Amino acid sequence: MPPFVLLDVGRPTEVDVTIDQGDVWIDSASVDSALGWELKPEGFCKDDVCIPVASNPGIVNNGEIRLAALADLLRRPLALSLEERAAYLGPPRALYDQTVETLDAPDFTFPDLDGHPHSLSEHRGSKVLLAVWASW
Amino acid sequence: MVITVAVDRASDARPWIEKAAPTHPSLVDEAHHLGELYNMVNVPTVVWIDEEGRIARPNDVAFTTEWGGKYAKVSTDEQMALLRSWIRGETPSQPEDVLRGQIAAMPDESQEARAHFGLGWWLLQSGHTGAAEHHFHLGGELAPDDFMIRRGTMRFRESDPFGAEFVQMVADWHELGHSYYLPLPVE
Repeated sequence: MPPFVLLDVGRPTEVDVTIDQGDVWIDSASVDSALGWELKPEGFCKDDVCIPVASNPGIVNNGEIRLAALADLLRRPLALSLEERAAYLGPPRALYDQTVETLDAPDFTFPDLDGHPHSLSEHRGSKVLLAVWASW
Repeated sequence: MVITVAVDRASDARPWIEKAAPTHPSLVDEAHHLGELYNMVNVPTVVWIDEEGRIARPNDVAFTTEWGGKYAKVSTDEQMALLRSWIRGETPSQPEDVLRGQIAAMPDESQEARAHFGLGWWLLQSGHTGAAEHHFHLGGELAPDDFMIRRGTMRFRESDPFGAEFVQMVADWHELGHSYYLPLPVE
């Protein structure tokens, strides 16, 4: 069976999962390696933040966490393909709420046609007109 | 400083960029991450960002051509005059509460739709074309106002983004009483 791929805003990591009646359960060590959230007695922790996990076997069971519950916990949108064994987690809701609150323009890094990366933050100190277009 | 970003496949954006031969950074965001970060649903759209890296005007439809402006019901001359005045420092940025009010609300469904786009894009890269199309479709159903998904995936689905599917999509959208472009209100 091909590995299950978890896409963290597009960045792929192969993760260990159990699939039970349509529910994807991710091994907590995989959650740490893919997303940087470590399962501790106080909950899922990253840096100095811990999100408590209810002692509910429907959420965490046997060192595995149900993917849909994890997405809810982190307030991240989830799209799942059981057939192709892949799931995509979008940016946390808090990121956008923070943008609206602080009005800080979210930084990004994209390549030009030669593959050279450019970031918005390189242009701090100048006014920037960000113009977004497409050929379609 | 102008930065342009094409939410497009590099191969589709390339001829346009090469013809324009810009001197400013001209970037390609194939995976539509800008949509996720800035809550963008259509192109063309511009954001003004000040020297401190803060949003001075949230993303707003803008055209450089008269026909485009007419279609989107924005005045390209007025937009350009406003922009020049802001760049010269003659017009300050809007007060923060006004800016916050201008930023479009983002329902959870919109980000969920973008997650389906992101999954679909990865599936497409992995050769799972059918599964990719399914997730592009789900994204469009969740967020029918997201034309970066609905129109921006047409080429991936062997459909012409200037053809019958597009014309029908816009006609249906208008029928429901919506606009294809949503300019910010003019103060």
